[in-house]
Amino acid sequence: MESLKTVQNEVVETFSMYDEWLDKYEYLIELGKNLESYPENEKTDDKLIKGCQSRVWLDWRLEDGKLHFRADSDAIITKGIISLLISVYSGRTPSEIAGDDFSFIEKIGLKENLSPTRANGLVSMIDTIRKAAAESMQ
Amino acid sequence: MMIVMRTQELRNLFPILNTKVYGRNLVYFDNAATSQRPQSVIDLMTSIALNSNANIHRAVHYLANEATVMYESTRDAVKDFIGASSREEIVFTSGTTASINLVAYSFGEAFIGEGDEVIVSEAEHHSDIVPWQIVCQRKRAVLKVIPVDDNGVLQTDKLEGLINDRTRIVAVTHISNVLGLVNPIEEIVRISHSHGVPVLVDGAQGIVHQKVNVQKSDVDFYAFSGHKMYSATGTGVLYGKRKWLDAMPPFMGGGEMIDTVKFSGTTFAPLPEKFEAGTQNFNAVPTLKEGMKLAELMREAELESQSAEAFSMMYDFLSGDERIRLYGVPCGTTRKVPVFSFTVKGVHHEDLALILDKMGIAVRSGQMCAEPLMDRFGVTGMLRVSLAPYNTAEEVEYFKKSLNKAIDMLA
Repeated sequence: MESLKTVQNEVVETFSMYDEWLDKYEYLIELGKNLESYPENEKTDDKLIKGCQSRVWLDWRLEDGKLHFRADSDAIITKGIISLLISVYSGRTPSEIAGDDFSFIEKIGLKENLSPTRANGLVSMIDTIRKAAAESMQ
Repeated sequence: MMIVMRTQELRNLFPILNTKVYGRNLVYFDNAATSQRPQSVIDLMTSIALNSNANIHRAVHYLANEATVMYESTRDAVKDFIGASSREEIVFTSGTTASINLVAYSFGEAFIGEGDEVIVSEAEHHSDIVPWQIVCQRKRAVLKVIPVDDNGVLQTDKLEGLINDRTRIVAVTHISNVLGLVNPIEEIVRISHSHGVPVLVDGAQGIVHQKVNVQKSDVDFYAFSGHKMYSATGTGVLYGKRKWLDAMPPFMGGGEMIDTVKFSGTTFAPLPEKFEAGTQNFNAVPTLKEGMKLAELMREAELESQSAEAFSMMYDFLSGDERIRLYGVPCGTTRKVPVFSFTVKGVHHEDLALILDKMGIAVRSGQMCAEPLMDRFGVTGMLRVSLAPYNTAEEVEYFKKSLNKAIDMLA
């Protein structure tokens, strides 16, 4: 498996290919549409992420020492964003995730280009991923 | 040709409308959240800061006098603007929310007790729900709700059945910030008054689109903000009939709201100072004069052909597309103002707002501070476009294309 940094650099590179934010959104929409389906009956309140205007459910499990994430959202761009995070962090060990600074998100300029409410949502998603890593290491 | 000039003339008053966002021309369709500020208001604020900044009422010096005259003459202008009978009935606040909170608290203190009832409508902004919930909780009173029908039209015929001898006040919006429908205020007042119940009207949207005459409509309280009406933010008005304001205790203490202060007890200033505790927003309040002048011009312009054309183009588009559900559909004699809230089948409102934003179009998405109304229609949020007379038919045309493109991207 490629290192976390390599995968993140690939994401940054992919994003930099699009000049226009509309095209970046188009890419996120594609990611959102292709995200593995999340069971309806597991969209429970304890999986719901606070701080998002659209609803986001994020679930995780630890398997063979690695974290695996599943998520869904009722808004497709948000779903694309969470899909991007999952593709980067799923299958990583808790210590890899805990040791990461998540700075690739700044590099793709995602946070500044979201509405403040959506940026808060992004922060909450990252917090949840970090928390999952911290809890798994206990 | 004359008419085209007119819209362009209006646009020229608002420098921000020439702004480019993401390299595109700004299309500002979020007027119901806040209107833009004309150059005259911007100039006035600067001029006050440069030439007449002083705290009002207290001091005897030149600048204080200037500032006081500007502030108090605005009160006279507001009185005339809404047809009040006296200047003592005009209280300056920080905005509609503050005005309603003032009434909910002070009227509540004086007139609402355990087991009493307050009536609001299902289409209220949170600012005309939560203050009443707070007073109802404090006083162990009951909040009742006038419903809207599937078109969003207020079911005024249900009001009679909701009022009883425990009803203390009816608080309704003049125009819902979501539905854009003009409520029959005079009828609501007639029904309520026939039971001796006063009426508060949330005029945050109403004052922008409708000529208001508080004596003619006989409302007991009318609340509105300056910032939706081309004036500075942090300005607001509470009109209250003198008989109520006199009977209500002060909302906040301190500053000019006193007559004499002793540790043995304080007596309060007469109206309207009784309700204007603390340092007032004297730098911004005078901009209401400019705002009111412009509001009158804008209300007229709204009915003229070019604005009406942009308005009806938007209405036809949003009501005639099977993918779109428009909320707030006028029926019979109900008038609609250019505030359009809608959902698109299978597409999240926030996705649409985000893409429209990158196309240069400012719209609102979410619950619009009207969560009970969202629940009423079974949605988590809506997309809202709200037009002002400075918006053009070309902008609506661009919006139509952009929305279609956004839907294609997302569906």
